[in-house]
Amino acid sequence: METKTALITGGSRGIGRELVDIFLESGYRVIATCRDKTKSKFMENKNLTVENLDISSKDSVEEIQNLVEEIGVDILINNAGITNDKLFLRMSESEWNDVINTNLNGVFRVTKLVMKHMLKKKWGRIINISSISGAMGNPGQTNYSASKAGVDGFTRSLAKELGSRNITVNSVSPGFIETNMTENIVNEEIIKKIPLQRLGKPSDISPLVLFLASDESNYITGQTLVVDGGLFMK
Amino acid sequence: MSDVLNKVVDIVCGQLSVDKADVNPESAFVEDLGADSLDTVELVMAFEEEFDVEIPDDEAEKITTIQSAVEWIEGNS
Repeated sequence: METKTALITGGSRGIGRELVDIFLESGYRVIATCRDKTKSKFMENKNLTVENLDISSKDSVEEIQNLVEEIGVDILINNAGITNDKLFLRMSESEWNDVINTNLNGVFRVTKLVMKHMLKKKWGRIINISSISGAMGNPGQTNYSASKAGVDGFTRSLAKELGSRNITVNSVSPGFIETNMTENIVNEEIIKKIPLQRLGKPSDISPLVLFLASDESNYITGQTLVVDGGLFMK
Repeated sequence: MSDVLNKVVDIVCGQLSVDKADVNPESAFVEDLGADSLDTVELVMAFEEEFDVEIPDDEAEKITTIQSAVEWIEGNS
């Protein structure tokens, strides 16, 4: 079987880092991106390419276009994202824009890069790492929640556009996961609200992403799949 | 038939799974050949690749028939 290539944005830390490791272990070729690759600590691996990428910048995304099109990306994992939490009353327009520009506009920019190859192959997987904050809401995160709800809407519309080409588009929506991103916002009160009574780990998310990337998930598209220890039940 | 016309017909027939016998220069991709909106975008991508041209979006929208594709390519390559 041919080796498939996964592009994972925000691959140096947190959930992204876990995804890079598990995809390499599972035999995929991986292009991992991060804002500063000199600071990323990856083991040498012939199946791994690490690239600098700032998804908030159109120019930065254009810089990796040739490489991405040359290699051909079968699986895109839009994982890179930021928070900039503040109560809405105190949030400046630039704090709003920064988060939307990275988390939502960044997904637009990077997804554009991989379209041609997937259309040509008539096979593709686009997996957007969203957040339960987008569906549930979270004080201090109007910008972040809006960006993630936006990603979920993007997921559904794109899934409808590309279904006839055997390209599936799904979101994975983590709850509170132990990463740098959450270290300042989680506390005992939050853990009490989680039925499974603990924070999640990046390795609680990665098996679902691996499944969505595989052929076995081929009848699932346009969904937002929640992995949150039961925190938010609809 | 011109070389460009031949290649365009080949691309269209391959992309839309139609028979060459059912295609003529006036054939419209959507109305006559059953293309959906994504097919028309993919056709433009295929023309760009085959003829090594870049078709701007606003002009791509006007390429709706075999003839209009051939005319654009002959006028721009």
